Amino acid sequence: MNLKTFKGGLHPPDGKHYSAHKAIELCPLPAELIIPLAQHIGAPAEACVEVGALVKKGTLIANAKGFVSVPIHASTSGEVIAVEPRLHPMGKALPAIVIKPDGADAWDESLVGADPATLDIEELKRRIQAAGVVGMGGATFPTHVKLSPPPEKQIDTLILNGVECEPYLTADHRMMLEDTERILDGVEILLKVLGIKRAVIGIEANKPDAIETMTRAAAPRNIEVQALKVKYPQGAEKQLIDAITGRQVPSGTLPMEVGVVVQNVGTCAAISDAIRLGRPLVERVVSITGPAINEPKNLLVRVGTPLQFLVDQCGGLNGEPAKIIMGGPMMGQTQLSLETPAIRGTSGLLIFRKQDLPRLESGPCIRCGRCIGVCPIHLQPTTIAGYARLDLFDEAADYHALDCIECGCCTYICPATLPLVQSIRYAKAAIMAKKRTL
Amino acid sequence: MLASILTLGGIGLFAAVALGIAAKKFAVEVDPRELAILEVLPGANCGACGQPGCGGYAKAIVAGTMPPNLCSPGGAETIEKIAHIMGVEAVSANPQLAVVCCQGDNLKASLKYRYLGLEDCNAAQKIADGPKTCPAGCLGLGSCMRACPFDAIEITSQGLAIIDRDKCTGCQKCVATCPRQVIKMTPASATTHVLCNSTDKGAQVRKYCQVGCIACQICKKTAPEVYQIENFLARVDYAADGDVLAAVAKCPTKCIRDFSTGYPEGSSFIAPNAPAKTPEEAA
Repeated sequence: MNLKTFKGGLHPPDGKHYSAHKAIELCPLPAELIIPLAQHIGAPAEACVEVGALVKKGTLIANAKGFVSVPIHASTSGEVIAVEPRLHPMGKALPAIVIKPDGADAWDESLVGADPATLDIEELKRRIQAAGVVGMGGATFPTHVKLSPPPEKQIDTLILNGVECEPYLTADHRMMLEDTERILDGVEILLKVLGIKRAVIGIEANKPDAIETMTRAAAPRNIEVQALKVKYPQGAEKQLIDAITGRQVPSGTLPMEVGVVVQNVGTCAAISDAIRLGRPLVERVVSITGPAINEPKNLLVRVGTPLQFLVDQCGGLNGEPAKIIMGGPMMGQTQLSLETPAIRGTSGLLIFRKQDLPRLESGPCIRCGRCIGVCPIHLQPTTIAGYARLDLFDEAADYHALDCIECGCCTYICPATLPLVQSIRYAKAAIMAKKRTL
Repeated sequence: MLASILTLGGIGLFAAVALGIAAKKFAVEVDPRELAILEVLPGANCGACGQPGCGGYAKAIVAGTMPPNLCSPGGAETIEKIAHIMGVEAVSANPQLAVVCCQGDNLKASLKYRYLGLEDCNAAQKIADGPKTCPAGCLGLGSCMRACPFDAIEITSQGLAIIDRDKCTGCQKCVATCPRQVIKMTPASATTHVLCNSTDKGAQVRKYCQVGCIACQICKKTAPEVYQIENFLARVDYAADGDVLAAVAKCPTKCIRDFSTGYPEGSSFIAPNAPAKTPEEAA
């Protein structure tokens, strides 16, 4: 097999065996759904319902505020019982709408789909935004923004991200096996919106069944499938573009600069639903896995389901949880509590016990340079981290700290367990703050 | 041998003459007052005056663009000397000292999570708003300590910043560094302060801190002329005339402290007028 890849990166033990063979199951309804208003990058949505309002599944409950923003919808039918700040996956209390389900789980009748062939490009984009579609790989960037490049940028390739390079996560893998048709339908809609012909699906070689299924289904539609070497962070946009097309996105620019748009496979399925059925993004596949989960699963979860409820569906915990991560172990967000809800960007829920975690004391840098070897954007993590520790942010910026994608390869590989990516993040924040004040 | 001596000597002679001429021709006139003021200034380049360093401030004073009383590290003595050099009357600025308005160290305030990252408050604040449950309290990772050019800040063993009032010059470097605005500038003459920064309601504060201000209004009832409650937080009106000390003993959470009798627990600093500890007490 011809396996493409990029320079740098590494392959941590992937732990995919916990849930890779588990078919997607529908998660039952919890006692209440907590739907945060900030579920995407950009301006948070604005609530448009009040306590006591009766909603159906898919009813609009919060409006988009600005261009880089999407609306939010009820993820089941029921009654709004609170509009108040609740603990958000980001670790602080943020505004949320709490819905008490009525158990019927009935879709809003006013939602009607359409044949994508009958709609023009602007209407397709409008419907994608109205359905609240965001990048479902975890970064939750509003999809309609990616589909609206300035006219001078010529897009020629759509890349489908089926890489799922984060260890433990298997949600995209299962979707490619079970929702193949929906994903490919979404790809065709995207090709129409972008006005291009070429689409490539990138899948890592550790998912041979997904490669086979997708190749078989994609061949008649003239969509390519590209097998990729198993390596993290290949699912990062710029690394994926490098791996598949050999083009390198210049520092400080977006993929459109080299004529490429990248979309996650889950996003494509959501786009298909949004157009054909008129259904907004109210549920997603989440991998509930990790050594502390009794029975790891891939669940189709309604947005707003509390994490504790998801754990209960998977046979509970077999030990004291020491670390709860939403997303993947490399770039996911550590959770302070299982009360937080699953949101649109929740690709996984990982729970580890104390004995599963490595020791964490840092030692001095031994100048081995391994962080430099694995950095997928060829930075010098130790140098930047050193400047960050001394608060020398101009020097850190000179070493391109802002180009860091925070993948954590440097921290993972560091034999002295130095908090390298944390230091660089700190430097990035300080550099950005300085830029804003100037 | 002789040739090389002559060549090198020649080069040396030429360079000496050239440098001598250049020094005369390109000499920069410096106001002698500027040099005299620079001599008087502490030389810490702390920036408290608003200039990037002491040199800039000396220049600005001589140019008449800045008044001579802005050097808080130098204090009244320096201001007087500068005024003497400039031949004006010394107008002392109201000296200010920094106070850490928090007593919630790792024993008294509850934690959301165990923080293992960079030893830096600004870095910790980026992770779910910091490891402390209280959104306004001192994180105790020492960003202010490292920012202080006068070595006046100490972090106690339980993670709380303490400012040594003898060393603090009021340069405000720590105020600018603290991500939670816990450090406040107060008149140097005032020794009674409300050591809490939380604007949450009392019930909430009780949940996350044993020594936070719960806005119970007892201080306000005791001495209404000096204490006010704003945003569920007691404040001292330093300008008002009244019995500041009366409320210190009555405060139920002991968040109003009198620095002339003691610093917050865990500090190795000794309060200016504190009675000397007996050996038993110290142990």
